[in-house]
Amino acid sequence: MPETATSNPASDTELLEQHVAQEYEAGFFTDIEQDTLPPGLNEDVVRFISAKKGEPEWLLQWRLKAYRDWLEMKEPTWANIKYEPIDYQSVSYYSAPKSAGDGPKSLDDVDPEILATYEKLGIPLQEQKMLAGVAVDAVFDSVSVATTFKGKLAEVGVIFCSMSEAVKEHPELVKKYLGTVVPRNDNFFAALNSAVFSDGSFVYIPKGVRCPMELSTYFRINAMNTGQFERTLIIADEGAHVSYLEGCTAPMRDQNQLHAAVVELYAHKDATIKYSTVQNWYPGDMETGKGGIYNFVTKRGIAAGRAAKISWTQVETGSAITWKYPSVILKGDDTVGEFYSVALSKGWQQADTGTKMVHVGKNTTSTIVSKGISAGNGQNTYRGGVKILKGADGARNFSQCDSMLLGEKCGAHTFPYIDVQNPTARMEHEASTSKIGEDQLFYCNSRGIETEDAVSMIVNGFCKEVFKELPMEFAVEARKLLEISLEGSVG
Amino acid sequence: MSLLEIKNLHVSVEDAEILNGVDLTVEKGQVHAIMGPNGSGKSTLAQVLAGRDTYEVTQGEILFKGEDLAEAAPEERAREGLFLAFQYPVEIPGVSNVYFLKAALNAIRKHRGQEEMDAMDFLNYVREKMSLVKMDEALLNRPVNEGFSGGEKKRNEIFHMAVLDPVLAVLDETDSGLDIDALKIVADGVNSLRSEGRAFLVITHYQRLLNYIVPDVVHVLVDGKIVRSGGKELALELEDKGYGWLEGKAKEQVAAHA
Repeated sequence: MPETATSNPASDTELLEQHVAQEYEAGFFTDIEQDTLPPGLNEDVVRFISAKKGEPEWLLQWRLKAYRDWLEMKEPTWANIKYEPIDYQSVSYYSAPKSAGDGPKSLDDVDPEILATYEKLGIPLQEQKMLAGVAVDAVFDSVSVATTFKGKLAEVGVIFCSMSEAVKEHPELVKKYLGTVVPRNDNFFAALNSAVFSDGSFVYIPKGVRCPMELSTYFRINAMNTGQFERTLIIADEGAHVSYLEGCTAPMRDQNQLHAAVVELYAHKDATIKYSTVQNWYPGDMETGKGGIYNFVTKRGIAAGRAAKISWTQVETGSAITWKYPSVILKGDDTVGEFYSVALSKGWQQADTGTKMVHVGKNTTSTIVSKGISAGNGQNTYRGGVKILKGADGARNFSQCDSMLLGEKCGAHTFPYIDVQNPTARMEHEASTSKIGEDQLFYCNSRGIETEDAVSMIVNGFCKEVFKELPMEFAVEARKLLEISLEGSVG
Repeated sequence: MSLLEIKNLHVSVEDAEILNGVDLTVEKGQVHAIMGPNGSGKSTLAQVLAGRDTYEVTQGEILFKGEDLAEAAPEERAREGLFLAFQYPVEIPGVSNVYFLKAALNAIRKHRGQEEMDAMDFLNYVREKMSLVKMDEALLNRPVNEGFSGGEKKRNEIFHMAVLDPVLAVLDETDSGLDIDALKIVADGVNSLRSEGRAFLVITHYQRLLNYIVPDVVHVLVDGKIVRSGGKELALELEDKGYGWLEGKAKEQVAAHA
């Protein structure tokens, strides 16, 4: 039974009513020459992209099959989001900074304007400025601009590069794993991505290797009317460990921009993949809801071998629309799947997000902790599926879905789907909806803390269980981002 | 100049008048007790002093350190040294007590032009204050009031007071729900904070607390009006006679004004 909670008008919350537009801090535009395809999608566009990247024939055929599948597919309508129909012919499917050519050889080849953009975003692209232990792959519109620390990683056999480069340098790995977790025709948006994906990150951690640093990709949509379709593939071989971070921003645009990414994680026996996202795409105008990113993302991991572990952590504060369900298939026995999520919807943002845990192996364990925050006219939906298959003896799931409402016009919705086919399964589900109470705010105020700080404190407290799953520097960033995003949301 | 001067204070909530003409003056160094039956307006007075905006001041004024509080937000009052110990302390999940207090103290210090305290200094400072209310250090790292017992919550309020070092502390039924041991601890905490520069307004339904926190002045609030003021012996008289005999007086007064 879906639970829906909408905040009730109450006389004591006038304070919460005044929702002031919060300026989007990452909303600048970088003026560089772009090599962009005219809008429109057909087989020639798919061929163009493939050719531009010098791809082998098998990949072109794979893309074309995906494109033909996509033509037959219907855009899903089951999500709790409303938007004007997307005209897929008005989107440009390829945009690259002109100077990028076949991809930069080193940082010196990267357009200084792009570097300046990343600097403005606070992304430590240049190695000397980097926080020790973070390697960055930056994707600017469709092309991967620079991958840092490649040398150091190569010493231990870790491959961390752009998808385009992986196709050229490690075709056997790409061919072996691409589409094995998210098939090319998995869903409407995944099929579109499979046909036109332009770049993304590729990671391979060899047997027994613990990746010596956090790996990080930074995505930015810069060009106008451009869709971004990156594809990320992470493989952790037996006993390997990797922690991967992903950050996203886009400039302010009146038009909606489409982002349809696919992320595939493959964890072999005893391997661990930890994938963290801080997403801050432009959410659209706070007052009118105009513009903003449409974020339709398919993320899935397979814990294939015994005792493999996949953990998703996401902090989603951006995008006009979010449609995203990072999932784990717990195939091996004793595998572990985790999903920790904070999703904030303010202004006119709509988020329909959650996870799916599919228990196949014996003694598999999944944990879901979802924190939804709604402010302004924002609508936040948690959609989660837990499936325990027949053979999954001793499977366990713990789900906790909490919603917080700020103000009176926002909404929180919870749709937990549970399908248990094995009687030995143990399931726990907790859900709560709370409102930042006048009582809490007054209590903070009466101790000298002003309302804005109080709200940020209360919300951060609410999200604590998720933040503690993030790597340290990222947790700090996420907290800050949440603070900035909440500015002006109350009082 | 008195620390607190309340003049002819009328307060309504949703058109119902709860306080109708309260006059009260508190000097530095004094402890005033406000007693009264349930529904007499005691807690309303406490909340209005702290700046709760669900109550509407329809007449009269509150002067704190000579300044009219009418336009002052709750946090401004707090930074000026007014503290309210809540009758029902509020839980803030996920926010540790120590983090909360540090934010509060630093907001107040900033307002006073003092430097913000860093984590180490702050920890040393709060440890000293914890001993005043015999608080278990574990409560520092637990979320504010979450999962605290009734007694722990009340002690935590006094602990907050000790840390924030106010000039006027309003204690709203801090004794309610406390057993005798906890009551003594709370009272000891308050007594140790009594000083020439600080005043207390102790709101209570029962005389019991006043055995431990001995007031300079006792006021009786009935039907939104102070109907009698006196020394500490007045509390004992109330213990004997109850509030009934004063309730009649309140009605006479109201009738006389009408």
